[in-house]
Amino acid sequence: MIKPLRFTRKSLGIPYAVFLVFFVIIPMLVIVFYAFTDKNNHISFVNFINFFSDPTKLSTIVYSLVIALITTAVCLVIAYPVAYILARSKMKQKYVILMLFITPMWINFVLRVNAIRELLNWIGLLGEANYLNTIIGMVYDFLPFMILPLYTTLLKIDESLYEASADLGGNSFTTFTRVTIPLSMPGIMSGITMVFLPSMTNYVVSDMLGNSKVTIIGKFIETYFGSDWHMGSMIALILLIVVFVSTLLSGGFKSEDNVRGTNL
Amino acid sequence: MIKKCLKAFYIGLILLLLYAPILLLAVYSFNSVNTIGTWGSFSFTHYIKLFTDEAILEMIGNTVVLAVSAAILSTILGTAGAMGIYYSRKKAKTLMNGANQIPIINAEIVTALALAITFVAVGLEKSFFTLLMGHMVICTPFVVLSVMPKLKQMDNSLYEAALDLGASPAKALFKVVLPQIVPGIVSGFMLAITLSLDDYIITSYTKPSTFNTISTYVYNATTKGNAHTAVTLSSFWALTTIIFVIILAVVLFANITGLKNKKKEAHE
Repeated sequence: MIKPLRFTRKSLGIPYAVFLVFFVIIPMLVIVFYAFTDKNNHISFVNFINFFSDPTKLSTIVYSLVIALITTAVCLVIAYPVAYILARSKMKQKYVILMLFITPMWINFVLRVNAIRELLNWIGLLGEANYLNTIIGMVYDFLPFMILPLYTTLLKIDESLYEASADLGGNSFTTFTRVTIPLSMPGIMSGITMVFLPSMTNYVVSDMLGNSKVTIIGKFIETYFGSDWHMGSMIALILLIVVFVSTLLSGGFKSEDNVRGTNL
Repeated sequence: MIKKCLKAFYIGLILLLLYAPILLLAVYSFNSVNTIGTWGSFSFTHYIKLFTDEAILEMIGNTVVLAVSAAILSTILGTAGAMGIYYSRKKAKTLMNGANQIPIINAEIVTALALAITFVAVGLEKSFFTLLMGHMVICTPFVVLSVMPKLKQMDNSLYEAALDLGASPAKALFKVVLPQIVPGIVSGFMLAITLSLDDYIITSYTKPSTFNTISTYVYNATTKGNAHTAVTLSSFWALTTIIFVIILAVVLFANITGLKNKKKEAHE
C-alpha cells in the first residue's frame, strides 16, 4: 500500500534544504575540488605548494593582513570611547545618537565609498597615498561594525561593579583596565572579527580609493577568476578556513550585533 | 562638567567625520559645475541629468526590481525554511542551522567565486536567474535568523488547540502560526531588501555583462573611467543625496513610531 502524501510541518523546510544543497553546499564542494586538482583535473597539491612557495603571493597576503590589522586597530581605538560614552550615558536620547552612527550604513555601499573618494579627491589625497586612502575608506565604512557589538556588551555591565571597584580603592584607570575591559571582551572580539574579515576581503574600497594599486586578499582571488580557477579556489579555500576558525574563536555569529538588523 | 563637554565633543567629532563625505556631496549636488571645491551657482543640473539619463535610470530600475524580487522570494523561502527547521528533529535541525550560517559567516568573495565557478561548471549561462539566486543566497539566511526567534517565543499549544477544534494542519499554520511570526517576517524582508540593494561582489560575479545595478555601475564608472565619467559622477552626488534623505526620513519615522508604540505598551 502506498502511503498518501500527507502534509507535515517539517516538510516546509524541504525547499530551503534543496536550495542550500544546490547553491551553498555544492558550490563549496566545487571550490574544494578545484583547489586540490591541477589543470587536467587530476588530484594534486600543486596549488597548495605553489601558494606557499611563491614569495609574491605571500607578500600580497602579508600586505593585506597588515592593512586589515591597522584598520581594525584604528576602528577599535575610535569606537571604544564612542560605545563607552553612549553606553554609560544617562541621556534619554542616547539610542537616537547610536542610530546616527549606524544610519550611513543604509546608503548603498559603493555610493558611500564614492562619497569618501570625492572627499579624498577634494583634499588632494586621491592617487597620492593609495594605502592611506584604502585604510581611511575601510575605517570609515566598517566603523559601525565595531561600535555596535561594543555598545551592546558595555550596556550589559552592571553599574554597581564600577562602584564596587571604586569602593575597593580602584582609581578610574584600574577600574577601566581590570573591570571594564575584561567584561567587554566578548564585544571586542566580535567587533574585531566583524571589521577584520571585510578589511581583508572587500576589494571595492581598495579598488576605488587605492587607484587599483592596492591588492588585498579578496582582489587577489578575483585576479585568478579569469585565468586560473584552481589557484583562485585554493586561495578562497584558505580564506574560508581562516574565516571559520576565527568565527569559532570569537564565539560565533551573533545576530544582535548585526548592524543592519538593529533598526527595523 | 569639563568631562561632560569632552565626551559630547568626541561624539560630535566622530559623527561629523562620518557625515562629512555625504554632506560634501549633498552641498555640491546643487552646484552648477562638475567640480567639488569650485562653486558656480545654485542649480538642479545634476538632478535633471540623473532623471533624464537613460543608462542611469535603467540601472536604478534594475537595482530596485532585483532587490524587491530577491527579498520576496527570500522571505517566502526563509520563512518556510525557518518553520521547517523549527519543527524538525535534532539532527536535521543542526544540519540546516549549520548550512544556514555558511553564507553569513563566509567572505562574500568566496561565496561569489564558488557560485560563479559552479554556474560555469554546470553550463548555466549568467542571466537574471543566476543573479537572483546569488542574491537569495545572501538574503535568505538572514530571513531565517529573524523569523526563528519569533517561532521560539510562540505559544505552541495554540496550534494544538486549532487542530483539536478541527482545523487541518495547513490551515492551522496559516491562521494560527503565521500571524504570530509576522514581525519576524517583516524585519527579515526589510533586511533582505537592504542586503540586496547594498551588494556589489555577489552581483558582479553572477550578473549578465549587460545588466547593471547602482553598485556595479558606480564601481565601473569610478575604476574604469571613460569620457562620460565626469558628467556621470556628478549625477551620483545627486543620487547619494536623494538616497540619504530617504533613509534619514525612514529612520526618523521608525524611531518616532517605535517610541509611540513603546508608550502605548507602557499604558496598556
